[in-house]
Amino acid sequence: MPRQETPQLSGWGRIPVPAREIRSEDLRKLTENAVLSRGLGRSYGDSSLPPPGRLEVASTVLADRILAFDEATGSLRAEAGLSLRELLRVFLERNWFPPVSPGTQFVTLGGMVAADVHGKNHHVAGTFGTHVDEVLIRVADGRIVRSSPTEESDLFWATVGGMGLTGHILEVEFRMKRVPTPWIVEERERFSDLDALIEGLKRSAKEWPFTVGWLDGMARGRSLGRGVLSRGRWAEPGEAPTSLPPPLFRFTVPFEFPNWALNKWTIRAFNDAIYHAHVWNRRRVVHPESFWYPLDKILEWNRIYGRRGFTQYQCVVPDSAGHAAARRFLEALMGAGGADSFLCVIKDCSAEGNGLLSFPKPGISIAIDLAVHAGTQGIVDRLNEAVIREGGRIYLAKDSFTRAEHFRAMEPRLEQWSAVRRQWDPELRFRSAQSVRVLGDPA
Amino acid sequence: MKAALLGGTKGIGRALARLLAEKGHEVCLLGRDLEDLKRSAQDIQIRGAVGKTVPVAECDLSRPETFGPALERAAAELQGLDWVIVTAAAFATQEKLESDRALTRDLLTTNFANTILFCEEARERLLARGGGTLCVLSSVSGDRARKPVILYGASKAGLSAYLEGLDHKFRSQGLKTITVKPGFVKTGMTSGLTPPPFAGEPEGVAKDILGAIEQGRPLVYTPKMWRLVMLVIRNLPRFVMRRIEF
Repeated sequence: MPRQETPQLSGWGRIPVPAREIRSEDLRKLTENAVLSRGLGRSYGDSSLPPPGRLEVASTVLADRILAFDEATGSLRAEAGLSLRELLRVFLERNWFPPVSPGTQFVTLGGMVAADVHGKNHHVAGTFGTHVDEVLIRVADGRIVRSSPTEESDLFWATVGGMGLTGHILEVEFRMKRVPTPWIVEERERFSDLDALIEGLKRSAKEWPFTVGWLDGMARGRSLGRGVLSRGRWAEPGEAPTSLPPPLFRFTVPFEFPNWALNKWTIRAFNDAIYHAHVWNRRRVVHPESFWYPLDKILEWNRIYGRRGFTQYQCVVPDSAGHAAARRFLEALMGAGGADSFLCVIKDCSAEGNGLLSFPKPGISIAIDLAVHAGTQGIVDRLNEAVIREGGRIYLAKDSFTRAEHFRAMEPRLEQWSAVRRQWDPELRFRSAQSVRVLGDPA
Repeated sequence: MKAALLGGTKGIGRALARLLAEKGHEVCLLGRDLEDLKRSAQDIQIRGAVGKTVPVAECDLSRPETFGPALERAAAELQGLDWVIVTAAAFATQEKLESDRALTRDLLTTNFANTILFCEEARERLLARGGGTLCVLSSVSGDRARKPVILYGASKAGLSAYLEGLDHKFRSQGLKTITVKPGFVKTGMTSGLTPPPFAGEPEGVAKDILGAIEQGRPLVYTPKMWRLVMLVIRNLPRFVMRRIEF
């Protein structure tokens, strides 16, 4: 049924550009002339969108075969389009879990490598790339290259966190982790301000493998940075149900909400409700999906922001000098008027990975959802200036608005990464809308 | 059950092969690219936690001489054969077919003549074993001639007629023939086409197909909504069909 309108494609933040996905099970063929690969499109901004003037991106999602699995070591090799959701469906009931998981299961292995994702266990496990043994990549001259920490390692570490700009990731090999049961023991604790919350995160990090904080983005003054800390670990056989976790009921946001549905009153009511629901500390055994992916229960939740679309701002600021940097950043955020967000996530990060553009570094990471409006560019600019002052950096997988000069200022490794990229792709064949905006690539 | 599946490396066939293995059925994959078959066999073995290697056999829908040996090989590898399933087919847009006679000949040959020749080989072997199930993917596009799928639809209309006849004649002898009519399904085959309302995902379609095989239902539309959609389209008068573009 042919339709004439120009196809539109967007990231999770729903800010579309003219573009379409081409799909095939045969990634090798599909990527022959493609400028960029795209997985499930969960990056918020323009990371998975083609540069202006190019209409097509190669969708990897049909290339989802598991090619090898070693029961003894957990080593798993699969095509790049395999989703985390499918991986969990097959392996969690056999007591295997990926070494690192982001906050949604609707991502592909290729995307996890390209963004070098991190998760609730960053303080002990580092990023996903740390656990990857090999990546098969189609590079700019058309060859298909095996790349690992020991073989073509420069290409490997430029690809881990390289946002798909070094080539098309075709296959990924990494190590799964054994878990005692598929259930999680979770504790939640409430903290009345930012210092207490960060202290809570640091204290919990010593004993708990998984920690994350939710922060009330509307609280001001003495309550600035109040929030709820969630910490968890895999349940041992004695304390968990013997049954497998049942499939969860998922609710779909049925239509695009009007733009006014999310405003500072509804968000404040929502945040107050969450904060006050956690009067007592709770410890319970929970479903793994509600622990790892609470937002995945609501399909297409990005529609609640309405037609205007939204973005996420995620940065990490060093905390070598205590929590002052995180506090100053939050104050800058309040000053910029940008915190009317119902999703503020805070997490302590440990050592920087080897990926040359990998996001995390030691410090405090803060992520905030922002509805897009005329002032959004100004807000992001001010936040970026604050982050640069603190010596922090932003996460490209979330970004839609950062300027090239700001990114350069926060990324001292950029030159090294660009050198490797140019060595493999001198003509810059691989580009994205984001690389044109943030790296100054030709359109 | 023991199933030979032609077309199990891609699209609906891939989803169906995984589902069969996860439900504990034994599968042999038939297809033309041995390397690709082996990769899919690995995938199915790991997903289905199948203890032994999933067998494969070379079978090319454009070369009828490969049909008999492939089915023999499948029966030998599986030590029996209960179900033969065909999900493989050729597809091209009407626009492309109208300007390429060789492509048209290939598509008509693959989807009609050769698919039927393959089914004849399967029919003979299943009957010789005392019966079984032959399940073949046709298409809703064979139900009513429509402008965007004239040639593809014609090949599927012929195939549907053949499959129905087979079921009429041989069901009493133990051979059940199941015609599957998928509507629009989001696979590599339909990449580049804008999905209409009620477009299906391969996983859901695979469930419907396995359900039909297990219940022996001779005709299944999937996603189920397409039964209604096609009921309407079949009954539209000619003057309407001439005007509309789908």
